[in-house]
Amino acid sequence: MKDLSDAFIIASKDILTEIRNREVLSSVVVFAVLVIIIFNFAFGSSERAAGLVAPGILWATFAFAGILAFNRSFVMEKEEDCIEGLMTAPISREAIYLGKFFGNTFFILLVQLIVIPVFSLLFNINFFNLELLAITILATLGFSSTGTLFAAMAVNTRARELVLPILFFPIVSPVIIGAVNASALVLEGQSFAAINQWIGILVAFDAIFIVASYLIFSFIIEE
Amino acid sequence: MLQGGFMKRKILFALSSVLILLSFYMVLVYVPTEKNMGIVQRIFYYHVPLAWVAFLAFFVVFICSIMYLVKRNQKWDYIAHASAEIGLVFISLMLVTGSIWAKPAWGVWWIWEPRLTTSLILWFIYVAYFIVRGYISGEERKARFGAVVGIIGFLNVPLVFLSVTLWRTQHPPLTIFSGGLEPSMLLTLLVCLFAFNFLYFYLLAEGAMMKEDEYNINLLKDKFARRNN
Repeated sequence: MKDLSDAFIIASKDILTEIRNREVLSSVVVFAVLVIIIFNFAFGSSERAAGLVAPGILWATFAFAGILAFNRSFVMEKEEDCIEGLMTAPISREAIYLGKFFGNTFFILLVQLIVIPVFSLLFNINFFNLELLAITILATLGFSSTGTLFAAMAVNTRARELVLPILFFPIVSPVIIGAVNASALVLEGQSFAAINQWIGILVAFDAIFIVASYLIFSFIIEE
Repeated sequence: MLQGGFMKRKILFALSSVLILLSFYMVLVYVPTEKNMGIVQRIFYYHVPLAWVAFLAFFVVFICSIMYLVKRNQKWDYIAHASAEIGLVFISLMLVTGSIWAKPAWGVWWIWEPRLTTSLILWFIYVAYFIVRGYISGEERKARFGAVVGIIGFLNVPLVFLSVTLWRTQHPPLTIFSGGLEPSMLLTLLVCLFAFNFLYFYLLAEGAMMKEDEYNINLLKDKFARRNN
């Protein structure tokens, strides 16, 4: 329980920092919209094409945007040696992971809150329903659980911008496949029954990697 | 600590050499040609053992990575690192042999079939394992981060397989050997399996020993670099 309350303190610190300087959110949103526009150039914008490729574009965009946000969350700690401060504080390493994980999840959800309406508008698709909300939350938890772990690792290497995507993309491939297919089914007008297999994969991924990352995180930041 | 066992390595080397020579004979001469797929089916006597050994190697990486993080004995990292190297070579060969077979059998070099897709993603995960190690300074940290990738990467395998299976359910199940395996074919496959298994353990023993030497040399290098500064 103490871990959890410590984690919320760390997450609120990250959110407060973000409110003060608005560094990450604005640039990640701009980046995400740019990626969507590039995809639109790549696949054309006819209504038929849009319906087919929209879920793919959306999740590829969030995977790319996630990379930026996750990297930033640890670069920020590393730059002024803040991570040293966190490690000497009387909190467990697991709490640091949870705090960063909560913060990152919150940021990605916030980015989605802005980007999805823009996306709906540009592609003329209605993205607002309960099933898509569930898919979005589950996929985001999957992205940020592994993204947070790997960002902590990448920041300790000589080429952090390179290492994070190389680790992140292969590992989150089940999330991307699951989220894309589930969203496509929902957009076709299917209900929960049709997508529950995909929801199952997303839930399994989240459960496995939140627990595994939680347990393994302390080995990454030990020195 | 992994040095010694010279005789054991000699025996493993001899066994795998003999079995691999035997497998050449069995695959190219002894075994009859499969009647539906023709000559190209013979590649499967190598493809299947390569796949098996690759997965075995990654499983060994997974176990040794856990052992390393628990015990903090550098020995486990030597084994994990060596096993990852062998696994990557074997999975690459497996993808190549699979493609060579796929071209005449399916008419294409590649299809997004569950097993193929899973293997490809696995290939990328273990490439990442080496890239990450390459960008880290410090022997102990290399081992630690390598272990994390080795564990997380392997945990991902069933999920990747499950998701690509669901994704590609429309594809008919692939039967490599429809209607059971002819005894002579089974025998050939078994010989190949044993050959590659022995080869794996031989390479693992040699590889782990080399990793130990590498580690000691790097420690010495660091020591001298510090003294000269």
